[in-house]
Amino acid sequence: MNLTELLDDLLFDYTLRTVALGTAIVGIVSGVLGSYALLRKQSLLGDAISHAALPGVVLAFMITRSYGSIVLMAGALVSGVLATLLILAVVRSTRIKEDSALGIALSVFFGLGLMLLTVTQRMPGARQASLERFLFGQAATLVVADVIAMGVLAVVAVGLVMLLWKEFKLVSFDTEFASSLGFPARALEVALTTLLVVAIVVGLQAVGVILMSALVVAPGAAARQWTDRFGVMVFLAGAFGGFSGVAGAALSSTGSGLSTGPVIVLVVSLITVVSMLLAPNRGLVWNWVRQLRQRRQFRIETVLVDLLALSQQHESIDYGHTVEAIHAMNRGRRGEARTLRSLQEKGLVTSRPGGRWSMTEAGIVEARRILEATGEIPDPGPLPIGQVRVTPS
Amino acid sequence: MDRSSPLALEVTDLTVAYAEKAVLWDIDLAVPSGTLMAIIGPNGAGKTTLIKAILGLLKPAAGQVLLAGKGYDQQRQKVAYVPQRGSVDWDFPASVLDVVMMGRYGDLGWFRRPGKRERHLAMSSLVEVGLEDYADRQIGQLSGGQQQRVLLARALVQEADIYFMDEPFQGVDAATERAIISLLQALRGRNKTVIAVYHDLQTVAEYFDWVTLLNVRRIASGPVAEVFTEANLRLTYGGRIGFVEGISQATGTAGAAEP
Repeated sequence: MNLTELLDDLLFDYTLRTVALGTAIVGIVSGVLGSYALLRKQSLLGDAISHAALPGVVLAFMITRSYGSIVLMAGALVSGVLATLLILAVVRSTRIKEDSALGIALSVFFGLGLMLLTVTQRMPGARQASLERFLFGQAATLVVADVIAMGVLAVVAVGLVMLLWKEFKLVSFDTEFASSLGFPARALEVALTTLLVVAIVVGLQAVGVILMSALVVAPGAAARQWTDRFGVMVFLAGAFGGFSGVAGAALSSTGSGLSTGPVIVLVVSLITVVSMLLAPNRGLVWNWVRQLRQRRQFRIETVLVDLLALSQQHESIDYGHTVEAIHAMNRGRRGEARTLRSLQEKGLVTSRPGGRWSMTEAGIVEARRILEATGEIPDPGPLPIGQVRVTPS
Repeated sequence: MDRSSPLALEVTDLTVAYAEKAVLWDIDLAVPSGTLMAIIGPNGAGKTTLIKAILGLLKPAAGQVLLAGKGYDQQRQKVAYVPQRGSVDWDFPASVLDVVMMGRYGDLGWFRRPGKRERHLAMSSLVEVGLEDYADRQIGQLSGGQQQRVLLARALVQEADIYFMDEPFQGVDAATERAIISLLQALRGRNKTVIAVYHDLQTVAEYFDWVTLLNVRRIASGPVAEVFTEANLRLTYGGRIGFVEGISQATGTAGAAEP
């Protein structure tokens, strides 16, 4: 299938359009709220909440005997919030640290969920598959009613973020300053965490409890790489998440038999990896290029300074020095010949017959500048530089 | 301001306890307005806790705090706070100007976004701390001293009457320290009150006019000339008497320690 056909299907194929709309909503809302979780160093909380939603889903079914997405989402919401409260209570009232508390809540709730899932298997008339889709997600089963329910929750969540933009930004950056200004910082933090639970609940049916945390963490982490502005980051995270949702839905519809949730997670992970590597300023590749450049600059400077030291042992500035002598000044170093050639291009050294090198007057001035800049000679006076008849311009 | 009470800050019987261990015990303070006051004391003396308790960031076990004669809730708009530099995530995606504008959020109140006026006020307080050229920098790309000045500018833009600063000179070089001090002295000149946690005993007498010596209890509080004595320092810093004697000699011959 080629790209135009895929786009055509996305717009006009009823099933795919519904699914893609649903997964786009999932991506946008988890990208936006995930950014806040990331900046508040609560990414792991997203993982715990999504796993902890499972028993809520199963219990909601057991109580109501309904597969309706609103009922199951409500169950997920309740057990997600309960898990968050449990984590807070454990951290506050025991000596257990937050990471352990997260681990405990995650495994206890998820284990309970799996156990309840096996119980429902024995219940008469229960369609096991309908609940198991919450494990890995099954976006293909999304119907219009599901998408509407998800959309309403997403609009409420993103709308609240817009409304409380300044307040959420302030409390994410500096909680205590926020309370010193009179904002109820604790309540705002609770609101942000609750909205994170909502974002996760929106995504459970499409992506599943196990993979949902990737959609919370990855878009924000990718977005942070590209910008130093808060608003741009939140917007980009939503865009990355939304794009991943649509791309995942489209790719898995090509008949490859791949289920949508994992494909969405793969797409968003790919975006994140590319962002980690290639983003300007923060990207690893650019860091690496910068390091190489700095190292080269450092090599050039040390060779020049060493050459100055060698020059000072001879009467004339024109005395040629061998590459071996320069190498002997700093045995760990390599590539002197190449460094000397680039110094020659800059007019700082000249080559002499017999593969020897000497400094130009510009080179001496430059070497002294380097030494003074690094503070290695606070007072250049006593050095026998005068002997080489430097006439600084 | 309430004319019957010229005190900028009045603290009565303030006690703060963490897990039943008192970290501040029965603190009384009375600071007149237009004062530059240092809070000094050894590590763990409760200096930061004192500021946080005054600002209501911690719940005290007992005691009362009055700012210009009223409770903190009523005076919030007149109080500015500079937290310790380490309490902020400097990798946060925000520019210097963004952070300084946060000082206006309290006056803006709920839902309203900062606009031109806030931007303008933030710029002029950046000029005051000499960071106007860095307005668009991400805050992590500043030196420690510059970051400290950003937090100071954020407090200045609050246009408060009383400023609480937790170690505003941490990681600041000598030139910047003097620049900040003259800024604080200018605030005092406008009858503002500045209360700062401070560490350098050598310069207390030179920079500040009031001082509170704190070590869980209030050892002494008052004008520097009266309470910044060797006996009080000895009480505050406990057994490290040799150290304290060295300090009191240095304060006796002010300026001798200049490089």
